[in-house]
Amino acid sequence: MLNFSILIDHWDMYIEGFFNTIKASVFAMIASLVAGTIIAIFRIAPFRPLNWLGTMYVEFIRNIPLMLIVFVFFFAPSALGLRINSFLAGTLGLTTYTAAFIAESIRAGIQAVPKGQMEAARSSGLTYVQTMWYIILPQAIKIVIPPLGNQFLNLVKNSSVLGVIAGLDLMYFGDLISSETFVTFDVYIFVAMFYLLLTIPLSLSVSFLERRLAKNR
Amino acid sequence: MSFRSFCKKILSISLISILCISILSACGGKTTTNTTAEQEKTENSSDNQNTLEKIKERDKLIVGVKYDLNLFGLKDPKTGKVEGFDIDIAKGLAKKILGDENKIELKEVTSKTRIPLLNNGDIDCIIATMTISEERKKEVDFSDVYFMAGQSLLVKKDSKINGISDVKKGVTVLTAKGSTSAQNIREKAPEATVLEFENYAEAFTALKAGQGDALTTDNALLLGMAKQDPNFRVVDETFTEEPYGIAVRKGDTEFVNTINEYLKEIKENGEYDKIYEKWIGDVPKNEK
Amino acid sequence: MDFIGAYSPSHIIFLLKGFSVTLLVAFISITLSFIFGIMIGVLRYTKVPVISHLLAVWVETIRNLPLLLIIFFTFFALPEIGLKLDKMAAAILALVVFESTMLSEIVRSGLNSIEKGQIEAARSSGLNYLQTLWYIILPQALRRMVPPIVSQFISLLKDTSFAVVISLPELMNHAQIINGKNINYVIPIFILVALMYFTVNYLLSLVSRRLENKYI
Repeated sequence: MLNFSILIDHWDMYIEGFFNTIKASVFAMIASLVAGTIIAIFRIAPFRPLNWLGTMYVEFIRNIPLMLIVFVFFFAPSALGLRINSFLAGTLGLTTYTAAFIAESIRAGIQAVPKGQMEAARSSGLTYVQTMWYIILPQAIKIVIPPLGNQFLNLVKNSSVLGVIAGLDLMYFGDLISSETFVTFDVYIFVAMFYLLLTIPLSLSVSFLERRLAKNR
Repeated sequence: MSFRSFCKKILSISLISILCISILSACGGKTTTNTTAEQEKTENSSDNQNTLEKIKERDKLIVGVKYDLNLFGLKDPKTGKVEGFDIDIAKGLAKKILGDENKIELKEVTSKTRIPLLNNGDIDCIIATMTISEERKKEVDFSDVYFMAGQSLLVKKDSKINGISDVKKGVTVLTAKGSTSAQNIREKAPEATVLEFENYAEAFTALKAGQGDALTTDNALLLGMAKQDPNFRVVDETFTEEPYGIAVRKGDTEFVNTINEYLKEIKENGEYDKIYEKWIGDVPKNEK
Repeated sequence: MDFIGAYSPSHIIFLLKGFSVTLLVAFISITLSFIFGIMIGVLRYTKVPVISHLLAVWVETIRNLPLLLIIFFTFFALPEIGLKLDKMAAAILALVVFESTMLSEIVRSGLNSIEKGQIEAARSSGLNYLQTLWYIILPQALRRMVPPIVSQFISLLKDTSFAVVISLPELMNHAQIINGKNINYVIPIFILVALMYFTVNYLLSLVSRRLENKYI
C-alpha cells in the first residue's frame, strides 16, 4: 500500500509546490493570453511587416522545445548583466512558448468570423481597431474558448519544467522529497495526484465546453 | 448535458482515476516491500552468496562513480575516459580482488541515483564522494573513511562571502539534490535561500549564470571546480566534517572487510599518498 | 558572448552527436507510439466493454500528467518495483506512454468523424465489422488525421529534450555540457541548438501542410 507518512511528513513541501505550480500557470496564462492576442492581431493586420513579424514568432517558437526556451531565460540573462530568479525565468519561458500556440488558436478563431462583417462594420464608419474590438473579437472568443482551454491544460502540465531550474514548483519539491527520502515510487504517485487534481477538472471542462458550443452552433 | 451531470461526471472520473492509481501503486508498493524484504532476507542468509563471490564469478568489479566532478570522477568528453581520485581508488580495489586493475566497469551515478542503483544491484559498490552519515547507514553499509573532506563555499573571485557567517538572508546558495550539503547549509544558515539542482554540473552552470551567490558542497569538489574556472575561489573555512566512505549493500560484511583491508594496505604501502598527490596535491593530513 | 570559441569544430561535432541521439530516440518513439496510439484509439472506438473503459481511464490519467513526471517515474521509480531501465529505454518508454495516449485521442476523434452511414453500408454489402473497420473506416480516418498526427510528431521531437533531466546524452544535454565550460558560450550554443530543432521541425510541418492540401 502507499506509504502515506511520506505524504504527511512532507505536506508543507507538497503544498508549497502545488501553489507555486498554480501561480506559475495562472501568471503565464494571463501573460500569454495578452501576448498571444497581440501576435494574432499582428498576423492578420492589414500591414505586411507586422504579418511577417507575427508569422516568424509563431513558426519559430512552435518548432523549438520548451525546455530550450526555459533554459535561455534561466542561463542567458547573465550574459546581458541581468538576473532573473528561477521562478520568474520559468514563468517567462512558459509565457513565450504558450503565446505562440494561443496566437494560432486566436487567429483561427478570428478568421472563422465571416469576412463580410469586417467590411460591413468598416463601411458603417468604424475604424479597424474599433471593428476588431467591438465586432470581431467578441465573436471569435466563443470559437476560441475550447482550444484556449486545451492550451491552459498544456500550460499546467508544462509548468513542471520549473522543476528542472529549481523553480520551486510541485515537480521540484516532489523530486527533492524523493531524493531526500530515497522513496521514489510513492512520492511520484503523490505528485501525480496533485497534478491530476488540477488537470482532470480542467480537461473535463474543456470537453464539456466543446460539446456545448458545438450544440449551439 | 446539464451542469449538474457535468459536475457529477467530473467527480466520478476524478475519483476513478485516483482510485486507479492507488490500486496500481498498491500493487507496486506491495512488490516494493516484497523485493526489499526478499533482498534483506537473501543478503542476511548466505543464500545469495556475498557480493565478493559474485564479483569473482563475473571477473569484473562494477563501481558507481561520478562523471561530472573534476578531480574525483570526471568524464573527458573528447576521449570518453573517466578519471579522478575515486576512479584510482576503484581500480586499486579491482586489483586487490581480481588481480587486474582493468577488470572494472564504471557506471555513472549522481548523489540522487547512487543508493537506488546500489540497492537494485546495478553496481557492487559506490565510490562517489559519499559522506558517511547516520541517515545513510540505514540504507547502506560503509567502509572506513577513505577521504576526509569538509563542506565549504565556492564564490566569485570578488565576492564578499568569506565564510558561513556571511551567508545571511537574501543570499542564494546552490547545490545538488540528494546531497548532505543541502541539509547542512539549511542548519548552519537557515535564512539563506537554498536551490537544489539535478547534479553539480547544472548547479555550477547556474552559479556561473549568476543564479546564486555561492555553491556549497565539500571543499574537495569545490577545489576541482575552481581549477576549471579561475573566476571562482573556494572559501577557506570549512563548516562540517565530511568523511567519505565506500558504500555497499546492507549486510555485505565480507565485502566491507575486504575493502577495509584494501584501504589499510594502500595507506601503509604509500599507494594512497601517491593517488592523493596526483589529484589533490598536498600530502594527506593526519588521517588514519 | 564568445561565438568563435563556442562554435569550435569539436563542439559542433559534440552537438551533432547529441542531435543524432535526439533523432534516434524520436524516431523509435514515434514509430512505437504510432502503433500503440492506433491500437488504443481503435479499441476505444469499438467500445469493447471492459477494455475500452479501462483504456479510457488510462488515457485520461496519462494525458493529464506532465511528461516530465512520467520520465522521472520510468527512470527513478520503476527500478523500485524491479523494472530496471537504462536512460535510453526509460526515455523511450516515457515518451511512448505519453505520446501514444495523445495520438489515440487524435485517432479516436478521426474515427468518430466518419459518418455512421458508411459502416451500415459496408456491413450490408457483406463485410464483417473488423473488415469494415480495416478497409473502409480506418483509411479514410487516417487521411483526415494526417495533419494533427504530424504536429504530434513535432511535439514528440521537441519533448525528447525533457530527457535532459535524466542526463540522456541528447542534444540539450550536450548543449548544457558545453555551456558548463564557459558561460559565454550559452547564447551562441542555444542559438545553434534552436536552429537545429527548428530546421527539422519546420521541414516536418511543411510536409504536413503539403499532405493537408493533397488530401483535404
